[in-house]
Amino acid sequence: MSLPKPEELARVNYQPPARGWMEVKPDFRPGTYCNAASPKWLEWIDYPYPRQWSVAEEDWQLPENWKEIVLEGMEDRLARFRSLKLFFDICVRCGACADKCHFFLGTGDPKNMPVLRAELLRSVYKRYFTRIGKALGELVGARDLDEKVIKEWFFYLYQCTICRRCSLFCPYGIDMAEMTLLGREMLASIGINIDWAMASVAQCYDKGSHIGATPQAFKDMIDFLAEENERITGIKTPVSYNRKGAEILFVTPSGDYFADPGTFTLMGYLLLFTYLDLDWTFSTYAAEGGNFGWFVSHEMGKRLNAKIYHEAERLKVKWILGGECGHMWRVCNQYMPTWFGQVPSFLEVPVSPVTGTVFENARVHKMVHISEFTADLLRHNKLKLDPQRNAHIKLTFHDSCNTSRGMGIFEEPRYIIQHVLPEGHFFEMPPNTIREKTFCCGSSSGINANENMELRMQGGFPRANAVRYVHERYGVNHLGCICALDRATLPTLLQYWVPEVEVTGITELVGNALVFEGEIERTTDLRDRDLVGVGEQEGGEEEE
Amino acid sequence: MNFTQRHITVALAAVLGLIAVAYVGVQGNLQLLFGVVVPYLALLLFFEGIIYRVIKWARSPVPFKIPTTAGQVKSLPWVPRTLGDKLDNPESKAWVLGRMALEVLAFRSLFRNTRTELVPDPKFPEKARLVHWSYKWLWLGAIAFHYAFLIIVLRHLRFFFEPTPHAIALLGEIDGFWQFFIPTFYLTDIIIVLALLYLLGRRLANANLRYITLASDYFPLFLILGIVSTGILMRYFFKTDITAVKQLIMGLVSLKPVIPAGISPLFYVHLFLVCVLLAYFPYSKLLHAPGVFFSPTRNLPGDNRWALHVNPWNYPVKFHPYMEYEDQFRDAMYEAGIPVEKEPETAEVEEE
Ligand code: SF4
Ligand code: SF4
Repeated sequence: MSLPKPEELARVNYQPPARGWMEVKPDFRPGTYCNAASPKWLEWIDYPYPRQWSVAEEDWQLPENWKEIVLEGMEDRLARFRSLKLFFDICVRCGACADKCHFFLGTGDPKNMPVLRAELLRSVYKRYFTRIGKALGELVGARDLDEKVIKEWFFYLYQCTICRRCSLFCPYGIDMAEMTLLGREMLASIGINIDWAMASVAQCYDKGSHIGATPQAFKDMIDFLAEENERITGIKTPVSYNRKGAEILFVTPSGDYFADPGTFTLMGYLLLFTYLDLDWTFSTYAAEGGNFGWFVSHEMGKRLNAKIYHEAERLKVKWILGGECGHMWRVCNQYMPTWFGQVPSFLEVPVSPVTGTVFENARVHKMVHISEFTADLLRHNKLKLDPQRNAHIKLTFHDSCNTSRGMGIFEEPRYIIQHVLPEGHFFEMPPNTIREKTFCCGSSSGINANENMELRMQGGFPRANAVRYVHERYGVNHLGCICALDRATLPTLLQYWVPEVEVTGITELVGNALVFEGEIERTTDLRDRDLVGVGEQEGGEEEE
Repeated sequence: MNFTQRHITVALAAVLGLIAVAYVGVQGNLQLLFGVVVPYLALLLFFEGIIYRVIKWARSPVPFKIPTTAGQVKSLPWVPRTLGDKLDNPESKAWVLGRMALEVLAFRSLFRNTRTELVPDPKFPEKARLVHWSYKWLWLGAIAFHYAFLIIVLRHLRFFFEPTPHAIALLGEIDGFWQFFIPTFYLTDIIIVLALLYLLGRRLANANLRYITLASDYFPLFLILGIVSTGILMRYFFKTDITAVKQLIMGLVSLKPVIPAGISPLFYVHLFLVCVLLAYFPYSKLLHAPGVFFSPTRNLPGDNRWALHVNPWNYPVKFHPYMEYEDQFRDAMYEAGIPVEKEPETAEVEEE
């Protein structure tokens, strides 16, 4: 599939069509949508109506009573989620959310304005669940549910990355992310799912990680990264798996061990834990922090998430340490204990064995974020660092949607950055594009497939464009983040829009800077790139 | 007719129709209907509708604690948090009160509003740059409208009490501070008209807003414009007998309705439009007023990790328990040196 040139893609047309939105139907152009889920995945996880179907074809082979199922599903969700009912009832169509969505900014398609994305669902609610909608129809935004509506839902609910930027700006906090998730649940109830997401879900469910690594493969991958550490630093970073009685269970997304540049972050974790002589273990069973289930339904989110506490109990660890991940933390923060239904009393309130700090803020949920953990170490001066080893890096920081608007962790990673980078090497992107107002990578929530690359590049345009800005202005060459999905999607995005900039995890930078006793002289960073000053001996001498 | 024209026409025609109905009705001596029956009915619909909705919302469960966190979360004690962080990511119910107060009284989220524009930039390889401006006009328009509306409603309370309470008289005096005209000209009258015209104008001027605006959005704007203009006409141009109006309203309030003579049809039109607004309120987007208090992304604290939130309908789900997983991979795990619960031989014996 040929991707248009950045210059073409950046010519976004924000002019809506002449006809009213109810009459305009989505254009299923290759590059803009994800493939239908293969029935195999649905069978693995007992999802309804597995079948071979194709988005491009006219007939989606919906079950005969699909309409009933959807309307019953909506009624059920209206009864179970105050959010849904309220968000349907109170939107005033003020449009404050409109130009906040990266998909609207990137595609110019008015149905990607969160308000209109919501109307796609709301129109059905109005028609079937409100008197005024039954009576007045289109005038109050109500319309009949037919197959075309289902196709439209599919198209636009998978052009939303559940990033919540819209909910930040909405005067009533209307959260399209919530509605998108519930809408995807309704689609799934009639067997409409996307392949990338469902394959990941099924693999996570069955094997433990979205790439479907068997326990032995998981161990191999991580052992390999430990060897890499030894090769580069001379330090052995041993790893234990499924070890009962360890103090800490470490859970991180699979993005951190199966592909660059996530792997460098994982090497950073291993170095840090070795440096601290931490009593920790990996689990091959709870081997995926990222929760792909939550991209398709609340229930599936719970079915995958359940493994974490289950495994922590079995291994009799004291508490859980979570790696750098966005949606893993949204889920672990806002859903995990609620799903579990009670305080996980088999765990203890997390205490840093190095500094003695009690993580009071995690006293119920018993899971600590690696950035909090590291920031605490730095605060107590427990790490010997040589920031010059990161002197080749000029960094900007991308706040991940989920840790930003579903948790609020902004200062800790910045605090770490200050310590591991030489002074003057950190530059913020424009203020309206960071922190709580951060822009999504454009490929989250299960849509980082290959077949929808054009859409992904469009959705990521606002993010990439802000990166371009700091690159041009300050010569920024690295984009830091605390999210494994970002590390999977942003390299592709930046390769397209700002190829001069690479993506890095924050713990990778820690790993670069950590000074061990007995280490070999470091000449490269964890990516085998020469450090500044190495290989230029003469220049170095002159300076003396 | 295209989409926008259709929706505007219907809304405008509805409001003009309502005006005509009231006017013609009063000319036909239906004062009792428009002065007594309709107001009572409207109030009934208003309260019944709102109470019904609010109860429905309040009864529906909040399965998850999902505040939109818009500031640094409370974490380690030394991690800096500004007052803004504490309000935008409240750590407790007390701070939630603060967040809600800001939201309801000062439209906090709307104040955050930005506007994004795609501007040409030859320096960028893609030749375009997104610029994100801070954009406060919508906030200003909204706040001006709502506060003017509130003050006008409060001013009207002088018709509901005998004698007029001191505070309300004072409010009228402050509002009418600019005594250039006789009778006193109320500042809020100008503000609300300007604000309404802005709110309407922006919907018409911006193509994407036009695209999403429905008759049900134009209707309340036209309706309130109708209410405001009939009110202004009555106050400054076509005077009606204020004493008689007060008599009518006091009659309604004391449940001893009377229809005093000398009230102009204009007043009945004004009253009728107000009644329509009241009756329409609970069945429309105007519900945002009570609704905002229930919004789970705003009214819940960001304390998820130290205060358990219970989902009333939480149910057990099928997941893949560890032992099943070990059964699946036991031999390979054993071979790779990964600890197992049951060694392969034991497991085999058990199976037999
Ligand atoms: S900002 Fe909120 S109320 Fe306004 S259009 Fe968007 S969702 Fe509706
Ligand atoms: S959640 Fe994000 S992607 Fe979805 S509509 Fe809102 S801003 Fe757009």
